[in-house]
Amino acid sequence: SSSMASAATPKYNSRSLENDSIRRSSRDGFTRDLCEEIPRLPGETRITDKEVIYICPFNGPIKGRVYITNYRLYLRSFETDSGALLDIPLGVIARVEKMGGASSRGENSYGLDITCKDMRNLRFALKQEGHSRRDIFEVLTKYAFPRSHGLPLFAFLNEEKFPENGWMVYNPIEEYRRQGLPNDQWRVSFVNKRFEMCETYPSILVVPYHSTDDDLRKVATFRSRNRIPVLSWIHPENKNVIMRCSQPLVGMGGKRNKDDEKYLDIIREANGQISKLAIFDARPSVNAVANKATGGGYESDDVYHNAEIFFLDIHNIHVMRESLRKLKDIVYPNVEESHWLSSLESTHWLEHVKFVLTGAIQVADKVASGRSSVLVHCSDGWDRTAQLTSLAMLILVYCLITACVNCTVFKLESNTSPCFFQRIGHGEKNHADTDRSPIFLQFMDCVWQMSKQFPTAFEFNEQFLITILDNLYSCRFGTFLFNSEYAREKEKVMMKTLSLWSMINSDKGKYTNPFYTKELNRALYPVASMRHLELWVNYYIRWNTRMRQQQPDPVEQRYMELLALRDEYVKRLEEMKMTNSAKLTSPSASSSAPSQMMPHVQTHF
Amino acid sequence: MGGAAASAAAWCWWPPLPEEPELWRLVVLAVVLLLPSRGPAPEDGEMLGKGVGGGGGSKAPKPSFVSYVRPEEIHTNEKEVAEKEVTLHLLPGEQLLCEASTVLKCIQDDSGQHGICGKLVCTDFKIAFLGEESTLDDNEPQFKNKLIGENDITLHCVDQIYGVFDEKKKPLFGQLKKYPEKLIIHCKDLRVFHFCLRYTKEEEVKRIVSGIIHHTQAPKLLKRLFLFSYATAKQNSTATGPTHQTVMFDTIKDWHWELERTKGNIKYKAVSANEGYKVCEKLPAYFVVPVSLPEEDISCFQGRGIPIWCWSCHNGCALLKMSAFPKEQDESNLQIQKAFLDGIYKTIHNPPYETLKTEDLSNSFISLQEIQTSYSKFKQLFLIDNSSEFWDTDVKWFSLLESSNWLDIIRRCLKKAIEVIECLEVQNTNVLLIEENASDLCCIISSLVQVMMDPYCRTRFGFQSLIQKEWIMGGHCFLDRCNHLRQNDKEEVPVFLLFLDCVWQLVQQYPPAFEFTETYLTVLSDSLYIPIFSTFFFNSPYQKDANVGKESQDSQNKPLSLLTVWDWSVQFESKAQILLNNPLYVEKPKPDRNPRRAPHFKHQRQLSLPLNPNKSSPKRGFFETDHLIKNLLGKRISKLINSSDELHDNFREFYDSWHSKIVDYHGLLLPHIEGPEIKVWAQRCLRWIPEAQILGGSPVAIMNKVLEMMEEVQSLQKKIDEKHNSLMAPPLDGLSLLRKPARLSSLFPFALLQRHSSKPVLPTNSWKTLGDEEDLAKQEDEFVDLGDV
Repeated sequence: SSSMASAATPKYNSRSLENDSIRRSSRDGFTRDLCEEIPRLPGETRITDKEVIYICPFNGPIKGRVYITNYRLYLRSFETDSGALLDIPLGVIARVEKMGGASSRGENSYGLDITCKDMRNLRFALKQEGHSRRDIFEVLTKYAFPRSHGLPLFAFLNEEKFPENGWMVYNPIEEYRRQGLPNDQWRVSFVNKRFEMCETYPSILVVPYHSTDDDLRKVATFRSRNRIPVLSWIHPENKNVIMRCSQPLVGMGGKRNKDDEKYLDIIREANGQISKLAIFDARPSVNAVANKATGGGYESDDVYHNAEIFFLDIHNIHVMRESLRKLKDIVYPNVEESHWLSSLESTHWLEHVKFVLTGAIQVADKVASGRSSVLVHCSDGWDRTAQLTSLAMLILVYCLITACVNCTVFKLESNTSPCFFQRIGHGEKNHADTDRSPIFLQFMDCVWQMSKQFPTAFEFNEQFLITILDNLYSCRFGTFLFNSEYAREKEKVMMKTLSLWSMINSDKGKYTNPFYTKELNRALYPVASMRHLELWVNYYIRWNTRMRQQQPDPVEQRYMELLALRDEYVKRLEEMKMTNSAKLTSPSASSSAPSQMMPHVQTHF
Repeated sequence: MGGAAASAAAWCWWPPLPEEPELWRLVVLAVVLLLPSRGPAPEDGEMLGKGVGGGGGSKAPKPSFVSYVRPEEIHTNEKEVAEKEVTLHLLPGEQLLCEASTVLKCIQDDSGQHGICGKLVCTDFKIAFLGEESTLDDNEPQFKNKLIGENDITLHCVDQIYGVFDEKKKPLFGQLKKYPEKLIIHCKDLRVFHFCLRYTKEEEVKRIVSGIIHHTQAPKLLKRLFLFSYATAKQNSTATGPTHQTVMFDTIKDWHWELERTKGNIKYKAVSANEGYKVCEKLPAYFVVPVSLPEEDISCFQGRGIPIWCWSCHNGCALLKMSAFPKEQDESNLQIQKAFLDGIYKTIHNPPYETLKTEDLSNSFISLQEIQTSYSKFKQLFLIDNSSEFWDTDVKWFSLLESSNWLDIIRRCLKKAIEVIECLEVQNTNVLLIEENASDLCCIISSLVQVMMDPYCRTRFGFQSLIQKEWIMGGHCFLDRCNHLRQNDKEEVPVFLLFLDCVWQLVQQYPPAFEFTETYLTVLSDSLYIPIFSTFFFNSPYQKDANVGKESQDSQNKPLSLLTVWDWSVQFESKAQILLNNPLYVEKPKPDRNPRRAPHFKHQRQLSLPLNPNKSSPKRGFFETDHLIKNLLGKRISKLINSSDELHDNFREFYDSWHSKIVDYHGLLLPHIEGPEIKVWAQRCLRWIPEAQILGGSPVAIMNKVLEMMEEVQSLQKKIDEKHNSLMAPPLDGLSLLRKPARLSSLFPFALLQRHSSKPVLPTNSWKTLGDEEDLAKQEDEFVDLGDV
């Protein structure tokens, strides 16, 4: 079909824009071919197409045709016969706005401004005739925000097939078994089997052996949203655990709850040590105190004698959202040049990353080197808490998380907590929703920073992280839809949608880091210093055509060449061994200059 | 919280017990003194940023100087220490000047602070600490400098000396009335040494402190530079022949060779008018000028106003440089100079065949003063005394970096080089760089242009030859710019370092394009301060020749032979030199017919045709006699207003279109100059800072993998070759410099692992103000309405 394209484009170009309606009515086979050409997923249907001028911030206005399906926005230029100029899943769109109108002048007066969740804005100019802007605006609004229009998300329409079934990747019981759970201190509880105790928790929980389900229910009354402390991870050697929960409902009056106090004490003792339980409150202490006013708070050491509390100074979702907005300002469309560093600093984005990483290092260090178990919470325990526990587990590579591209950590993360619906705003129109926040992006940024500092320690590559982030918004897979296991079960996500891991696991090579070296029992403590943290250019500034995009990475390429060479030599040696043993009696068989036969590695020793 | 943890570590008595008995022995033998912190509290205002306290709000402990070892304990161990003491290695001609014993070198490691007891000595070459040998176990990579040990500081490498008096840090100068309890030495290679003198005898303290201050700060005579004593002492020993293939450009043959290599010999000629430095002491004995330039013109104004050839581009366009005339008051002299320049101009500017663009670097570009100020701020960011200073500056790191302006200066240099390349490559004009002496910014820009345009300059020998041509023969005043003679009225202006940093940016942006590594650049920058090599210790070739006795033919002594830095075997064993070669570099595949040296001449155009016929009229940048002459005459007229918008557009177009194409590592190479792409030369700057150490990580880990794979492939190759020759394969003697079970750290190959355990470094920062986000921070966080789920 590509030969079709190059043949078709010039012919099409010769038509004047006014002939649009004629072309539409004529319906010759050739038009259909053009539309066929848009890549489509099984289950994807074409909705409309329009002639537009795309106001490219890097190359100026480009005339082309935009195609909208129920999954994507696709733009092809009239001028170049190269592929798509834009190919964006509609899920990425955060907002569609009209700009200008009848009162404004100029060719580009009927404008459309599309804000995307992946750090870019798109601007189109449309023709005044035929209400083309109104049409496209309506179609976009409808299909980009299907949930606001009573339509299903594309994930429920997607009919792709993959050889792997990603939904099988994560099995909580198996996962716990791998960690040696249950054991004599920890049991699996089904108290939340039908989500009756806590809607936002999974159905299977690991809790202290010595606490009954009744105890758990009592503790739940004293924890925000009933999110009681449950086990996230157990250290295979010292049996210290990482627990996660929400804040205690202390309130202004300093309420106490004997069950909660007892529960924390049981957790503390479970590792067989007699040291204090370390409670990491992710919030700045000021915020923790302020939360008392709304009934929350933190575990004060007057009441919890056997615990010590540390505040990790990580700010709330509103601060993070604002920080990302500022970051977008300095990277899109133009990258600040001369005052780049101070502009970057003023966004605080990397500083937030630093604090999240620092918190994770502290949690990991406590568990790995101390004698105490750790309890992590913030307010409700699903944003910062999830970031911290997941990152701490990444640092303590004991759990095979980094080792498998299946990447349990993401499952862990998405299963036990963040509210993807609220934070991302899948398919919802309300872009100003104050609950949206780049928490997952920030987590991925932290993972990227770690993979940058430890380039041989992660089995996956940068493309893997970017693919996950892109599909976080795309609504192509069910993986990141809905807030909790409860909601996912209610919506029958596993039955009706595909998992992102189906796609990724079906093409593992693409996401594998060739430098990965397996090392066991080695903690990866990143250096959370601004000297080492850098902006993830290949994610945040990838739309800017001026920025470096050396793909594939030359170092990687060279390494792959060497790998191939090694394999070839090994093969040759094997062959020679065979022939040598065959011709052992006649050694003068082939003694032609070997260096001419072998492509020698060029080096300088 | 972080603060609390750090203080707990700092107060513990012994470092964690090492597992190997060998290590144990060393620890026991050394008098290990635990000091509460690495450094003193800086004086008010000196600390770059005062943190509000520890991560969890707890305050980091104030550093103090209480010692927990009673003097008796030291004396009981002294004997053992003396036995263990490392002997002082003196180079030929090196003399011990003064020494002090029972000095503690303070080191920071996992357990906080401890001191190693030893002797501090000062020779006429270096300051050395002779303590127990560092724990160089088998796992440590052997990247040792043969001249300068881990605890050696050459006198020229000392940047600033501080004394600590009653926990206050003060810079030390001249005669001291009071002697400090601690000596802090900041080095130009960015190392920081702390020597505690608390247990040293008073008279020894006086001797060593005043000795060090005198020998590193007092103005020196050129003849007293150590390289002369070294060369004299070495004279009779077998001189190592120059095994290096670097072109030195000290013979006319070398210039002929370069002209031929670049096909510049059509329009340019090598001249020997300055043989014996008859014409000018600033210029080299041989250099290249336009063919049509009358040789007598060269002597008119001692070489000023003469266009000197740097390099020829594949299309025949040349990069030239010229020293401007000094400011001239006398009107008649001005007229003479004007007439002279008019004549010169006619020889090189001859439209439409050849046009010339001038680039006046002394008026419209960075000043030396800016470079000096900027670097002195920049280096301070890496000369860090203690952990709290590190974390205090961390919060404001980006703005501190920006306020030093160093990265911006790098960007401007790279940008200027791209502009020059655009003229040569796209507009087909010759470019003439003009500067007061044509030996500072001219060197940077002309070298950068060549590194970017000429792949030969990206090989090791090519790069070394380039430095010889543009910097050494180009008369860059290394002696003055580095202030090697410590003249009071001068300050270090690191022009050459700026150049190396610019090259580093290219190296890190295009890893496969260079035959050398960043490690090479780093050791090259360190070599600026080693007074063994003549390379960086003279202001001009004339000055060198005059001082080694080359010019005085009557003397019966044969001239001293000084070492050149390009003989890397003087500093590094061949095993260590592996780290200077880039394993990612692949030579350009040799084309079948053409010789390798001239692959890029295939694009050569007919020089007699008018170039670029599309450009009908010379719009800008063309030679305008008046402008040129005014500039050359040194009058400070406002810079050329050649429609800067259009200049910008041309630049942008050229830059964008180059970057939209696939990179050819053997072709033209343009750096990215956007904000995020200009980076800190981390290897050089962070290599001694334990807090910045990434254990088991950083790009070193990847390079290590590549090297390992390369070794494997080579050994397989060897096996195959041997099999072909029907030989039994002997046991392989691998180049296993790097194949070590131990994890390398980001400080590799420079500092030894400073933290052996895998305990993390915990930042001790809390938030500074969030500014306008303060309101958001107070908002009720995380409320999620779950009603509709």
